[in-house]
Amino acid sequence: MENLLLSIDVDVVNWSRAQFALTAIYHWLFVPLTLGLAVIMGIMETCYYRTRKEFWKTTAKFWQMLFGINFAMGVATGIILEFEFGTNWSNYSWFVGDIFGAPLAIEGVVAFFMESTFVAVMFFGWKKVSAGFHLASTWLTGLGATISAWWILVANAWMQYPIGCEFNPNTMRNEMVSFLDVALSPMAVNKFFHTVTSSWILGAAFCVGICCWYLLRKRHIDFAKQSLKVGASVGLVASLLAAFTGDTSAYLVAQHQPMKLAAMEALYEGGKDQGLTAVALVNPFSQPDYMNEAEPPMRIAIPNVLSFLATRDIHGYVPGVKNIIEGYTKDDGTVEPPLTEKMERGKKAIEALKAYRGGEKTEANKAILKDNMKYFGYGYIKNADQTVPPIGINFWAFRIMVGLGSLFILVFGVILFFVYKKDIAQPRWLQWVGFALIPLAYIASESGWLVAEFGRQPWTIQDMLPTWAAVSDLSSSNIALTFFLFLVLFTTMLCVEISIMCKQIKKGPQL
Amino acid sequence: MTYEFLQHYWWFLIAVLGALLVFLMFVQGANSMIFQLGKSDIERRLVVNSTGRKWEFTFTTLVTFGGAFFASFPLFYSTSFGSAYWVWVVILFSFIIQAVSYEFQNKAGNLLGVKTFQTCLIINGIIGPLLIGGAVATFFTGSNFIVEKANIVNEMQPVISHWANASRGLDVLLNPWVVIFGIAVVFLARVLGTLYINNNVANEAIRSRVRPQLLINSVLFLVFFLTFFVRTLVSDGYAVAADGTIVMEPMKYLNNLLDMWYLAVVLLLGVVLLLFGIGRTLLQKDYIKGIWPAGIGVVLVVIVLFLIVGYNNTAYYPSTADLQSSLTLQNSCSSEFTLNAMFYASLAIPFVFAYICYAWRSIDLKKLDSEELEQDDHAY
Repeated sequence: MENLLLSIDVDVVNWSRAQFALTAIYHWLFVPLTLGLAVIMGIMETCYYRTRKEFWKTTAKFWQMLFGINFAMGVATGIILEFEFGTNWSNYSWFVGDIFGAPLAIEGVVAFFMESTFVAVMFFGWKKVSAGFHLASTWLTGLGATISAWWILVANAWMQYPIGCEFNPNTMRNEMVSFLDVALSPMAVNKFFHTVTSSWILGAAFCVGICCWYLLRKRHIDFAKQSLKVGASVGLVASLLAAFTGDTSAYLVAQHQPMKLAAMEALYEGGKDQGLTAVALVNPFSQPDYMNEAEPPMRIAIPNVLSFLATRDIHGYVPGVKNIIEGYTKDDGTVEPPLTEKMERGKKAIEALKAYRGGEKTEANKAILKDNMKYFGYGYIKNADQTVPPIGINFWAFRIMVGLGSLFILVFGVILFFVYKKDIAQPRWLQWVGFALIPLAYIASESGWLVAEFGRQPWTIQDMLPTWAAVSDLSSSNIALTFFLFLVLFTTMLCVEISIMCKQIKKGPQL
Repeated sequence: MTYEFLQHYWWFLIAVLGALLVFLMFVQGANSMIFQLGKSDIERRLVVNSTGRKWEFTFTTLVTFGGAFFASFPLFYSTSFGSAYWVWVVILFSFIIQAVSYEFQNKAGNLLGVKTFQTCLIINGIIGPLLIGGAVATFFTGSNFIVEKANIVNEMQPVISHWANASRGLDVLLNPWVVIFGIAVVFLARVLGTLYINNNVANEAIRSRVRPQLLINSVLFLVFFLTFFVRTLVSDGYAVAADGTIVMEPMKYLNNLLDMWYLAVVLLLGVVLLLFGIGRTLLQKDYIKGIWPAGIGVVLVVIVLFLIVGYNNTAYYPSTADLQSSLTLQNSCSSEFTLNAMFYASLAIPFVFAYICYAWRSIDLKKLDSEELEQDDHAY
């Protein structure tokens, strides 16, 4: 079949990215609350199971009701994400479907069914099943959601750090060679724990925020105090765990996605003894002149901390954007070639594959392909600018996430202190701070994903497939239309959900 | 396990998931009749709450069906979803509006009103089965796409799958046979929906409306389904020759049924069970268990339909634009390693099925009635 000899319209790529980002951002408004509230309401119902006090039953039911309203939106926005890999990223689906499809299928079989089966028992089974079975159903609903997160994050981690696969020139795709490498890659394990613990933070912040609102309004005081104990405890533990996993996450990014780290730090010119940038004047809306500037204006850095975080050595070498483009030598002596060489080798791989497919199935072509396959994706790159993610967005999103994460540790700690040692019903300033945790937790959560996904650009799969080689053959007008359809639909649904949530919260638990 | 066995095994699992999805579309079928089965607010709420306790199974089966296709036959996933863009987007759109409609419709603060969300359920109840049925029909009739894997190395245009015209899939709806099968699935979903409501809701007024609806929808289903089925059996089908090329073969699907006679037996058994479930419900007033024989019958029939379109050297996703682009089990499946790894993951399915049955039974031991709706603080 003759090729159509059309270049990919940049608008198709941008609209496809925008649509995926839109659905992912909306989806991520609901999923972390599902994961977080699952723990909160599980603990509440466990208290009921152990004490048989109606108070705990009503408390658990109140949080389950809010969980249900949120859960429906999570499900609604989630279905589109899975299918968008096919509808908008069809080339991607073939090129790596052999690896990427497996976690999604396992998620469906193992996790989704668990979640959807037991959520029905949780909502409708209070008078139909035993207290033990109901409690198990509540926890299994949360477990199902958490296992679901595991497999989704395995898939996402593989896009950031593709391992356990080999390219097969006969089928023109990457194929899995080690299921364990894919399922248990260090990136996947860390991403799972970091994402789940940060979701617990959001669930805890939601719980604490609502309880503080009741305290501000002087309503449901006992309910608020008891729920605060659970919410703030979960929040504090989760915040500490998220800080730990976040540190490991940054280390793994430094090892496998140095360009992402350089963008997060607005590090143009790297080297040894690098300091961690606390603040700097980086424009979030335009790409800086990283090739000519030594560092962003008004940069204040904490000496040697970046080197330590990235290499576990305070004197370690950390490459900047410019170094990655021009090539550099790591601390262990490994030479990372310049971008021009990677592009050249990527093109060699593509040419060898072209010849192989054209009938020259020679060992020489296979050898060229094998030697250069590591840089296959660079064969699609035209210039250095294409390989640099948006620095401003990464820089600020990373700082917002880390800053708010640190604040959460402090606030949850102070709230717990007041709950157990003082009277949390008194300090209105603290109640306002607790209430403010709700939007702040959402901002932190979305910021984390902005770093993860913007930092990966231009790659759909790191070093293997850039976004413009991963799309479907669609016209930009088609995707623009569906983008606005989803935007209107999701926004309308979000407004309805917020309205219902507010009414239910205003109504309060039926104690 | 050979590669060929694994390909067939995974197609069988796709068939089972597809069949379960069609059965579970009783949710859509019942929702499409909210205003026909329920004449008062409380009756409509009973219908909505009855399907509201099962909708997630349908939803999850659809997602798992997609996931299983992605994992085992990624070229289909890539080609069908990416090329027939609008068909799939409309299907997804209808399922999105369904998902929130239960939880939101009767809660204080619902800015759009009850009727809006009931209408969303009706839209999904018709559009979902119609387009999913239409998509399945294209397995027999063919679709307008082109696949060229070598495009990956074409830096100017690396996309490997294309729809052959600008309609992005909507032109399949111009094929009357696709529409006929889609309509058949709509009526089938309504048949199953009436049988399910008859079984699940303890309300005499609703049950009195079930039988007339069941009769009308059964007749219409049989007319549309038999028209499509007979035509499909006698028309040319897409066969895979020994050298892997795709050729047109007269009465291919009838030949498949004759070659795999055991599938013909299963098909017959499925039809008998479906007709038994419908017939006994129509004839015996106090019989409310018709959903089970009919449901099992539907599952068996749909499994057979999937198997005769994929097994016995048949191209299961034929291309009308370029015959040799047609997808077969062999040219579209995942690698042997992946299918093998996924085989072990699939061993969890019986366990999953068992706990679903247990939980379903626990919830449905007592039939839904208006008293329960009043007492249940999570009722929709």
